[in-house]
Amino acid sequence: MGNEAIGLGAIAAGVGVVTGYPGTPSSEILPTVSKRSPGGIHVEWSVNEKVALEVAAGAAMAGARSLVTMKQVGLNVAADPLMSLAYLGVKGGMVVVVADDPGPISSQTEQDTRTFSLFAKLPVFDPATPEEAYEMIIDAFELSERHGTPVLFRPTTRVCHGNAPVMLREEVAERPVPGFVKDPKWVIFPRLSYQNHLRLEALLPRIGEEFSAYRFNTLSGTGRLGLVTQGISAGYLGEALAILAEGAGGGHAAGSIPEHKLLRLGAPHPFPKRLALEFLTGLDRVLVVEELDPFIERELQRLAGEHHLPVTVLGKGSGHVQVAGENSVAAVTGVVADFFGLEPPLTPTCADVPAPDPVLIEPPPRPPVLCAGCSHRSSFLAVKLAMRRRKAVFGGDIGCYTLGNAKPLDMVDTCLCMGAGITIAQGLHVVEPDKVHFAFIGDSTFFHTGIPGVINAVYNQTNIVLVVLDNSTTAMTGLQPHPGTGDTLMGDISPKIDIAGLLRAIGVKHVEACDPLQFEVAKAAVNRAVDAAATGVAAIIFESPCIHLIPSGPSYVIEDEACKCKLCITRLGCPAILLDDGKVVIDNDLCYGCDVCLQLCPFDAIKIVGADAQAEVTA
Amino acid sequence: MSGNMNLIIAGVGGQGIVLAAKLVARAAMNAGLRVRTSETIGMAQRGGSVVSHVRVAESPIASPLVSPGRADALLGFEPGEAVRCLSFLRPGGVIVANAHPVAPVSAALNQQSYHGADMLTRLGQCGARLVVVDGDALCAEVGSTQVLNVALIGAAAGAGALGFTVEQLEDAIRASVREKFIALNIRALHAGACQPHALAPGLFANRPQAGSIRTTLARSTQPQVSP
Repeated sequence: MGNEAIGLGAIAAGVGVVTGYPGTPSSEILPTVSKRSPGGIHVEWSVNEKVALEVAAGAAMAGARSLVTMKQVGLNVAADPLMSLAYLGVKGGMVVVVADDPGPISSQTEQDTRTFSLFAKLPVFDPATPEEAYEMIIDAFELSERHGTPVLFRPTTRVCHGNAPVMLREEVAERPVPGFVKDPKWVIFPRLSYQNHLRLEALLPRIGEEFSAYRFNTLSGTGRLGLVTQGISAGYLGEALAILAEGAGGGHAAGSIPEHKLLRLGAPHPFPKRLALEFLTGLDRVLVVEELDPFIERELQRLAGEHHLPVTVLGKGSGHVQVAGENSVAAVTGVVADFFGLEPPLTPTCADVPAPDPVLIEPPPRPPVLCAGCSHRSSFLAVKLAMRRRKAVFGGDIGCYTLGNAKPLDMVDTCLCMGAGITIAQGLHVVEPDKVHFAFIGDSTFFHTGIPGVINAVYNQTNIVLVVLDNSTTAMTGLQPHPGTGDTLMGDISPKIDIAGLLRAIGVKHVEACDPLQFEVAKAAVNRAVDAAATGVAAIIFESPCIHLIPSGPSYVIEDEACKCKLCITRLGCPAILLDDGKVVIDNDLCYGCDVCLQLCPFDAIKIVGADAQAEVTA
Repeated sequence: MSGNMNLIIAGVGGQGIVLAAKLVARAAMNAGLRVRTSETIGMAQRGGSVVSHVRVAESPIASPLVSPGRADALLGFEPGEAVRCLSFLRPGGVIVANAHPVAPVSAALNQQSYHGADMLTRLGQCGARLVVVDGDALCAEVGSTQVLNVALIGAAAGAGALGFTVEQLEDAIRASVREKFIALNIRALHAGACQPHALAPGLFANRPQAGSIRTTLARSTQPQVSP
């Protein structure tokens, strides 16, 4: 996997300290380092990206090579230290891996870390394949250390979660770490910032010049037409060119693609101007195939302007390449065919064959759902039913529980970014104090950026109802430990940070913990919290481990004669409860035995499998 | 056959598709072939649609994703998810589909029944060679519901859909699975490859109940293992 290649590359580069916060598609890098470490590497899940980046920066100030990993929105959290660190610089090589997510497949934004690199004045590497990622991260450490600047490294989802055989280097010799040397250069002050700004502006063109000769920035071909690409789009473009050359179905003779130059940029900032100029010279038209921002496109347009080159640069700005979402071979083939004046070949597929049976329709959509047995379902429903006759707004946050927005729960009215549920609820509440404002937040997200928001509510006396959904893990990204779980990525036992105690310490007067799978208990707790919120911030902690951490419970069956209302379907939306020709049935392969449906059923139609048999034996 | 093969593995998050793709990729590596795969990881894993792309070739592979109409085989861990991915499959390709349906929550909420049999019928009408496998029965035979993925890979190999022999996949299991699970997975692989529970398509006059398709068992054509 690309993420494993990045982790192994960091090990080969002699990394000493690795930090990060989980986030798809970056989450597998840290576990790879901790699993494959030859020893002596400190690896930690930090509480958030800002913290992670600062720990890694400290290590790099002491001369160790450090790596920090996050997803693209995590970089927004880490932006404060990163912007300043660009000015301050580092001693040991420091690589900030930020995984971008074109699509987006599992993110809030389609922001482009290459554009961030421009803003932060930092070099950026952009691998196209797992193999390239392995080699490139070693280059990134070397460049960072040589120039004393942190560097960004941004793979995209298809590189992170793509697999390919990667040739690993021989073991790398141990790197001595000089240790921290006291020096005024580590203390940022306006005067120093001015001087360092001058230094940065001088450094960037020098690195750009280096990038013109960099092994993963390549120029090939001849002709008056030019293609430019980066990252995974390079793979799509390569495939598109092969398809066009083959002329499959399009009636072209093989090899009828016009002569063209091809520029591939694996290190696009600082922009390798000399190489790009060599590419642009003598061209009439250029097509830039890239994902997310038209980063290279803009740089080429600027360069063409600076040098008065009579070349047209096409891409996102000209409407040729899609401005949002992922590229694909099919889309790129169409765009390139158009650029070359060719007919795109039509590829027949099995979906084209019309179904003769008119009964058949497309399969129903299958969006992600809360797992069968997930305690979040019960938590949401307890709040929903307790609030049936009240005006309430339900603030959501980032995690599995964002899936509580789906019908029939429909319990996420807002979701913005990590930790924002708590603070948005406050903004809503000051405008409409008559409504009850709930903020749902998971345990890992609570530690990430939730706590300052609660302090703000207590301090400003904005009486929201906080609901911490504590499932003892960071579930969505793959069950990573966090400060509340009592263990670390290094395998150590650590003190569990007690969420209830923490809330009381920061002034939340009403704090109640309970098991959300005991439905009536949970509902009563919600009512008490809402009453308490009349006079202060109130908090409920719904404690129930993620089903991926515990064995499944007993199986259940629905008795046909007793089943009358389908309330279990219309209220819960559990994937294990199905409708089969009008009959409600439980799929015992999926059922995890939470028994919330049994507690809800007004007709007592849901029974434990084998309960009768057991009862008979007892009798 | 040449070493080139494009495979789509489609199913529901949690069915073990990532490992299935990894086994085929490992077999390709061991055979000295090039391979690229691409996985769905993250939010969709929570019971959503999941697709893995596996590309095997003798020469370098540019894209890790299979283009529409260019998959040689479609391995459906869930029949409806196989239908959803038909646009990847070339006419005349092979579908190896698990008969066991997993109903999407959206079906029950919209008061719809969801029948795997409908989906299998659609798969049988698309111009591909269809091999239907009773994944439930295979798991029951092996004694674990955790090995559905490997059993289906075995069934695909047995049907000649992968271009790898069962022995090659056995080696891949030994290289990819934790020591204590190797024997169980190899049993599942063989159970799948022998396909004693393969269902001939078109035998679904009586709709099986949701959650278990064990009603219509028939031996399919003799499984062939391609070199």
